[in-house]
Amino acid sequence: MHLDHTHDGSGAVSADARRPDGTRRALRIGLGGPVGSGKTATVAALCRTLRDRYALAVVTNDIYTREDADFLLREAVLPPERITAVETGACPHTAIRDDISANLEAVEDLEDRLGPLDLILVESGGDNLTATFSKGLVDTQIFVIDVSSGDDIPRKGGPGITTADLLVVNKTDLAPHVGADLTTMASDAARRRGDLPVAFTSLTGDDGVRPVADWVLERLTVWHHGTARPEPATATP
Amino acid sequence: MSTLTEDVAPLPDASSVVATARVRAEHNGRTTTLPLLSGDGPFHLQRLRPRGGLARVDVIGAMSGPLGGDRLALHAEVGPSACLRITSAASTIALRGPTDDNATYDLRLTVGDDATLHWLPQPLISTAGSSLRQTCAVGLSPTARLVLRDEQILGRTRETSGDLTTRLTVLRGDRPLLDQHTSYGGPHPAWDGPAVMGSHRACGQLLVVDPSLGRAALPPVLLGDPDGPARGVLVPLAGPALLATAVADTATRLRRLLDEALDRALTAKGTLPFGPG
Amino acid sequence: MSRTALLVLAGGRFPAGDHAHSGGVEAAVAARAVHDSATLYAFCRGRLHTAGLTAAALAAAAAAGHDPLVLDEAADARTPAPALRATARKLGRQLLRAARAAWPCEALERLARDLPGGAHQPVVLGVAAHAAGLTASDAAHVAAFGHVAGPATAAVRLLGLDPFDATAVLARLCDDVDAVAHQAADAAGRVAGEGAGVLPAASSPLLDITAEQHAAWPMRLFAS
Repeated sequence: MHLDHTHDGSGAVSADARRPDGTRRALRIGLGGPVGSGKTATVAALCRTLRDRYALAVVTNDIYTREDADFLLREAVLPPERITAVETGACPHTAIRDDISANLEAVEDLEDRLGPLDLILVESGGDNLTATFSKGLVDTQIFVIDVSSGDDIPRKGGPGITTADLLVVNKTDLAPHVGADLTTMASDAARRRGDLPVAFTSLTGDDGVRPVADWVLERLTVWHHGTARPEPATATP
Repeated sequence: MSTLTEDVAPLPDASSVVATARVRAEHNGRTTTLPLLSGDGPFHLQRLRPRGGLARVDVIGAMSGPLGGDRLALHAEVGPSACLRITSAASTIALRGPTDDNATYDLRLTVGDDATLHWLPQPLISTAGSSLRQTCAVGLSPTARLVLRDEQILGRTRETSGDLTTRLTVLRGDRPLLDQHTSYGGPHPAWDGPAVMGSHRACGQLLVVDPSLGRAALPPVLLGDPDGPARGVLVPLAGPALLATAVADTATRLRRLLDEALDRALTAKGTLPFGPG
Repeated sequence: MSRTALLVLAGGRFPAGDHAHSGGVEAAVAARAVHDSATLYAFCRGRLHTAGLTAAALAAAAAAGHDPLVLDEAADARTPAPALRATARKLGRQLLRAARAAWPCEALERLARDLPGGAHQPVVLGVAAHAAGLTASDAAHVAAFGHVAGPATAAVRLLGLDPFDATAVLARLCDDVDAVAHQAADAAGRVAGEGAGVLPAASSPLLDITAEQHAAWPMRLFAS
């Protein structure tokens, strides 16, 4: 007699677009970026904006267990059962890129427990400019930087800045105070990123997360039409 | 299925003691009786006045030991619906014997349908130079109840530990519920290191098996002070059982933790909708 | 068999989730019981000869083709701490995911179906080793080595220990790992005749106690 078992479903091997029962799974969006750039605040604002229309859940990857998850719980942006903290063993970038197994567990477990979801936000632990998400974990990713760390960050580049599907430059309200030139940041980002979009946000204002939310809504529409990424060659049974 | 073969040793020489004590408890429709109470060698078995619906037996060590080379065994069988409590009057003290051979001490406890066994002996003390292989094989029917305590003191005061291994195997029906093998003392790698015993010299377990213990019976409980000289945990096993594991600097502190664990375990049972076991 | 498959399975880059687990060393570091390479060596050696031996034998028996469900039950009985059972099943699920991608086969699919909550990691490891064409002894080596490599890597991050010293600790433990793997494979060879109860059940009170203490911490770097 086993009293321990709680986890159901054998799970997919990787980020297959369908759940084991054949239904289309939730869109998974990764949010990465350096420490203090406003990832958790962006996640919180997105949840507040989208939660009434879409079934959402969040996975956090904390350096110390549950810090970001606890922030989201305190802010009450989602019910506690919709927020899962993944422990990363002091290596947050490993957990979203090199060994994504714990995060895949977490996103699948959320869908198993909560039923079909529209969107799962996976927030990385605060790391450096090189941390990006594996395509085996998320469908699309957002990289969040902020003006107060210096307006030369877009020029410096790095995989997050160069390749993220959306670059968010946060805390624009602070730009005059820290001497950051938003025009320079925009043109540097454009040079680095080609056609990939950039959103400037200030979360202190009303609906400050709107540019990001609009982009997420677009991704959701595309995902629901099943064209966000090619179907796997062999569908999961 | 044999779980004990690795501890089978060659026959001891003539100076060693070979003894098997046996107890059998049965329920006669009204109360628990003891149709078999057979001491042997160092084991003298004394019948105590029943209390709380339990027949009671006290094991009195009639000589020191086990000594190296001894082959001691105690078999207790509790028949369907019978209730038996076995205690011991004094600690068992493993001593260096006349030979370098191990001593063995094999307990076999069998508990039938709706039967109850409390096995609550005094600690086993492993003295310097001794070498003892203890096994405890418990066979429970799926509706049996058990309270079992097992304490080991690794050396008397300021004495180094002898060589002591213990294997505790609990089967419920024919399925394993708990299987543990500990090895302490000189020859065992890193037994006093930070992953096994550290500087603690007393360790013990308390096992409570009751078919009415469900998943939510009790979340893990931390016992004692995590940074102090005595600490332990009381946890649910994968089956319907609670197990306390504790380490301490002294036998007294160890017992205090296991007593606390027993209180909590019995309280957990009492709060179940099925009522106390 | 391919010897290289052994390197793939045992390599630190195999994506099976181990990097987030300290093997109990985070709790030992917090208690100041592990603070340098000498205490790390003692910790790893004690864990190897207790939990490591038990895991290696389960892995070897699974690799030898014995029923994973019986072995999983044996693993439960050998893992009294619920925090460690949960960790073993979680790591088992993560390892199974990686193994199904690396060496797809019916045995791994069946394991996923039969134990959707996850099998104990050593059981999955044994089935995966077999799927990779490896032997019971290979599986025992991977399990035994994993029980020392995990804490050593975690200690580097927790203590800022010199990584060369930590690697030297592992090198000093090679003979111990070989001996444990040999003992484990030997026991696995007796399961057919004597049942799973013949497998070692070596346990450590401190690992069981500190695992539950660690699981109750509000803040920690490692999941276990």
